[in-house]
Amino acid sequence: MVDPGWYMAVAAALFTIGAVGLLVRRNALVMFMCIELMLNAVNLTLVAAGRALNDINAQVAVFFILVVAAAEVVVGLAIIVSIFRHRETASVDELSELSG
Amino acid sequence: MVEAVVFVLMAVGALGGAAIVVLARNPVYSALGLLGTLFSVAVLYVVQLAHTVAAVQVIVYAGAVMTLFLFVIMLIGVDRAEMIEESLPWQRRIVLTIGVLVVILAGTLTVSGFDWVPAATVTNPGVTSGTVEAIARPMFTGWVLAFEATALLLTISAAGSIALAHYRRRDG
Repeated sequence: MVDPGWYMAVAAALFTIGAVGLLVRRNALVMFMCIELMLNAVNLTLVAAGRALNDINAQVAVFFILVVAAAEVVVGLAIIVSIFRHRETASVDELSELSG
Repeated sequence: MVEAVVFVLMAVGALGGAAIVVLARNPVYSALGLLGTLFSVAVLYVVQLAHTVAAVQVIVYAGAVMTLFLFVIMLIGVDRAEMIEESLPWQRRIVLTIGVLVVILAGTLTVSGFDWVPAATVTNPGVTSGTVEAIARPMFTGWVLAFEATALLLTISAAGSIALAHYRRRDG
């Protein structure tokens, strides 16, 4: 079998790509997708660790993370749509009322 | 052997999809790249015997969440070019530096083996197959409170998104 460390290495790379994308991109939708990338990286780490330690609870935790991520997507996209309705933009650079 | 081949193929698929998410100018391509990553990760779950989680990943993420993403992209419009000039000029350089440092760190750890992570070295070969029954037993015994909280969370998020969608400005 493939060593679980390799799965964790792939997950770390996924997380890094997601974090870099979150910081570099300015489109709110793409930033949101980068958050999903990071969530998936964490899930992959959990499944690999649970398999190595022969513990089914890791997969239960992954299941709950999936549910929370789905709820997060619903609320986040609703916020983006309602911002767009008032502003006609999805770029986070133009939402700067609260900056000092 | 089979696992190694599938692992390499799906790791390349997942990382390539992630790169497309970050690099694509058009949000639709970003969404399709994310779809590829989600499917590849689902296959990686299957290889690790997490069958139920893989099925949920495909149904919830690749099905529901990506459909929602594409709907919102279509609603907002894809023809707008993203602003090129940077309002925080130092940020991109710092991000690239951190990214390179993390890659070097991960490479060093990969080369040196994973002895520092207890779970990364196989102590107890995984024979636990993630069937529905195997997952349901802990979920409805030890995790039952979290399960109920999940129900509450889903209700609140559904109500909240409906409230956001129905919101109108009073003066408008």
